[in-house]
Amino acid sequence: MVKNKKAIIILIAIMAILPIFIKSKVVLNAIVLLLIFATLGEAWNIITGFAGQTSFGHAAYFGIGAYTSAVLYFHYEISPLIGMVLGAIIAAIIGVVTSYPTFRLKGHYFAIATLAIAEVIKQLFISWRYVEGATGISIPILPRSATFMERIIYLQFNEKVPWVYISLFLFAVVVFICDYLENSKMGYYLKAIRESHEAAESIGINTTNYKLYAMIVSSAISALAGSIYAQYILYIDPFMMFSLEVSMKIVLLTVLGGIGNIFGPIIGAAIFIPLSEFTRMKLGGSGTGIDLMIYGALIVLISVFQPKGIIGIVESIRNRSTKKKGGEGEVEALTRN
Amino acid sequence: MKLKPLLEIKNITMKFGSLIANEDVSFNIHENEIVSLIGPNGAGKTTLFNCITGFYKPFSGKTIYLGKDITNLPPHRICKLGITRTFQIVKTLNEMTVKENVMTGAFLTTRNRKEAEESAEEILNITGLYKKKDVLGANLTIADRKRVEIARALATKPRILMLDECMAGLNQTEIKEVMNLILQLKDQGLSLLIVEHIMEAIMPISDNVVVLNAGRKIAEGKPEDVVNNEEVIKAYLGVKYHAKSKKS
Amino acid sequence: MGQIIVNGILMGFIYSLVAIGLTLTWGTMGIPNFAHGDFLMLSMYLAFWAFELIGIDPLLMLPICILAIFILGVLTYKGIISRVIDGASLTALLATFGLGMFLKNLAQFLWTPNYRYINDALVSGKIIKLGNIVLGVPQIVAAVGSILLVVVIVYFMENTRTGKAIQATALNRNTALLMGINTSKIFAITFGITGACVGAAGALMSSFFPIYPTLGSLFSTLSLVIVALGGLGSIKGALYGGLIIGLTEAIGGYFLGTQFKYLLVFLIYLIVIQVRPKGLFGW
Repeated sequence: MVKNKKAIIILIAIMAILPIFIKSKVVLNAIVLLLIFATLGEAWNIITGFAGQTSFGHAAYFGIGAYTSAVLYFHYEISPLIGMVLGAIIAAIIGVVTSYPTFRLKGHYFAIATLAIAEVIKQLFISWRYVEGATGISIPILPRSATFMERIIYLQFNEKVPWVYISLFLFAVVVFICDYLENSKMGYYLKAIRESHEAAESIGINTTNYKLYAMIVSSAISALAGSIYAQYILYIDPFMMFSLEVSMKIVLLTVLGGIGNIFGPIIGAAIFIPLSEFTRMKLGGSGTGIDLMIYGALIVLISVFQPKGIIGIVESIRNRSTKKKGGEGEVEALTRN
Repeated sequence: MKLKPLLEIKNITMKFGSLIANEDVSFNIHENEIVSLIGPNGAGKTTLFNCITGFYKPFSGKTIYLGKDITNLPPHRICKLGITRTFQIVKTLNEMTVKENVMTGAFLTTRNRKEAEESAEEILNITGLYKKKDVLGANLTIADRKRVEIARALATKPRILMLDECMAGLNQTEIKEVMNLILQLKDQGLSLLIVEHIMEAIMPISDNVVVLNAGRKIAEGKPEDVVNNEEVIKAYLGVKYHAKSKKS
Repeated sequence: MGQIIVNGILMGFIYSLVAIGLTLTWGTMGIPNFAHGDFLMLSMYLAFWAFELIGIDPLLMLPICILAIFILGVLTYKGIISRVIDGASLTALLATFGLGMFLKNLAQFLWTPNYRYINDALVSGKIIKLGNIVLGVPQIVAAVGSILLVVVIVYFMENTRTGKAIQATALNRNTALLMGINTSKIFAITFGITGACVGAAGALMSSFFPIYPTLGSLFSTLSLVIVALGGLGSIKGALYGGLIIGLTEAIGGYFLGTQFKYLLVFLIYLIVIQVRPKGLFGW
């Protein structure tokens, strides 16, 4: 646990000094997106990695966060800082209201339900005039003369560097929350629920409540990331925010980074986001889809060659050296099927 | 006249469709008593366990704990009140270490991680699991899984511990160890309800034996009385064999 | 109204065929194939190019499409799924998602995002009038074709050794292995049959449905929902699920406007699953 804390602090410190050396806008952009998606991955990890409830619909909370702050700003000029908090609260409420009836579903039935909920929300936003429907919302840009204070209040910066720090701040807070959760009573309870619902109930865990707590934290964090993303991109529409692709991107980077591990999402994001940005930059301009074609192929390749997640490599090396965890991998693989 | 019972099981009937798994079963568990529940396969022992611990809602009947009706409470509430069970088909938390398994149980009575850790270690010691505390649940042998099952339940600090066939599949030495553990727990003031098939293990340690057959209670009493009860012998050996043995 | 219902049912049978393909792999291996719709898309392009370039009618292409996508399915299993099936639980699913992304964008790269239509196939533009209900011949042919194929698959599953082996493997992989079933071969065949279903559906649909690279996403999502609605692994479930979704889409689109038809489709799933948490025919 203490080891984890040290590693997190080192990681964040490295990220914090990066902008001093890196001047390239392209790289800084990749770092901002990487941090936003790593944050989403951490959020998803709570409900799926820890509590074992597979969500294919986290784009819903991401989108709700983005839309809440954007709409409040767009219609009423309310500061996105306030909008963010409201977005997190609304996402948490929607998370609870939609999850409560679906939590009794098992496995894939739950996963498909989360996918269906995200699709329903997407369809609603597409037809909802107040949020500009399918056209999407362009966030009004501050005049060039805006003061630094105004820029903070309305969360708009022309430079990339402030965004690195904003997204890093959010990520850092979230990682510490996740680390704390994992090592607290709640973390143990969520993992017990993941491993066996009945065993969890038998030792006094109110499984429904704990899954709901996990959902509240998870959806609120996703919404915060959504608000930051909207302010960074300055344009949102239902297709980019609520799509299955976004939900799956979150799943992808966390699973291939290392599911159920707080370092998984950042490892996954550090690989996949620059990869997708790079292919998009080099090949995406033509609109031929070749960038996503290569990206898709890379996803397949990484899944095939590292089915236990990238963190699995690290762990298998560590296990081999210490033999601490029994090292009976073959037995384990057999019993699990 | 005995003291007021800790747990009263009153006329429990459980049906699955038209199949009657338990019919009008009643018995009591008193403070600091080992009650064992025996009967042939399919007698309804595990079903009764599930009814008492809230995993099933009985068709009719009641369970009264310390004078309070707990019949329709969910399992986690019943556990919080002080009744914890284990599972016949063990439900080890596979991707967690032995210590983490036990700590999860210990968190019932504390929010504090340190306290949970201390109480888990104490239980690991008495259940003989301390050496294996860092082994992942998935990598344990069946005997150790059964131990973890008991240790995790114990960690919730129950007043009544309900063990569902915790000796099945263990060898002689291991069974002896579990018997000793059970007696030790009784000494500490626990009450236990035990489902078991291994008579030579269960009879010497039981204070009271309840025999189920085809869902109904056919006998109850001290171990030495129950083993000589005609109904019980019939249930275990079959009517024919019973008749034969009488003739000779 | 009668017209709407008939349209819904005709489309529903195609959904059923697509979903039956998916339910087989999902039920047998526990892997929802996110590239399922993209296999369908490839089959439709195959039919389209055969028609455009050599003038073979989509109906005649039916067996070729079935065979081609069957092979694609087997190759997908051999090349990708077999390597990830024992990995962490979501890895296999992600591999299919990556494959879907690859195929979608491959199609876009090779054939542009434009919508394509087969306008003068054998059955194109023909209609049958029954009272005041107008039936498109291509849709009828597709629906009848789907029904026939469903019958063939059900027969295959119930009455052949391979079909029974698939069912056994779905119930318990390890036990099937102990009983001497070559589960790896069974999985490959199952993936092939999955492909054959969408291969057929693609050929049947190509004569009346627009063909474009991203149609796979819609069909993947719809078939995932249909299968979960019917119950994982249940052929009967996929059949009824397809019909329910077809009808919902048609009736909902009529009353609430087409922009709401998919919203209703997903809502229906969420409602049904409240009553039947394992789908209509799940166990």
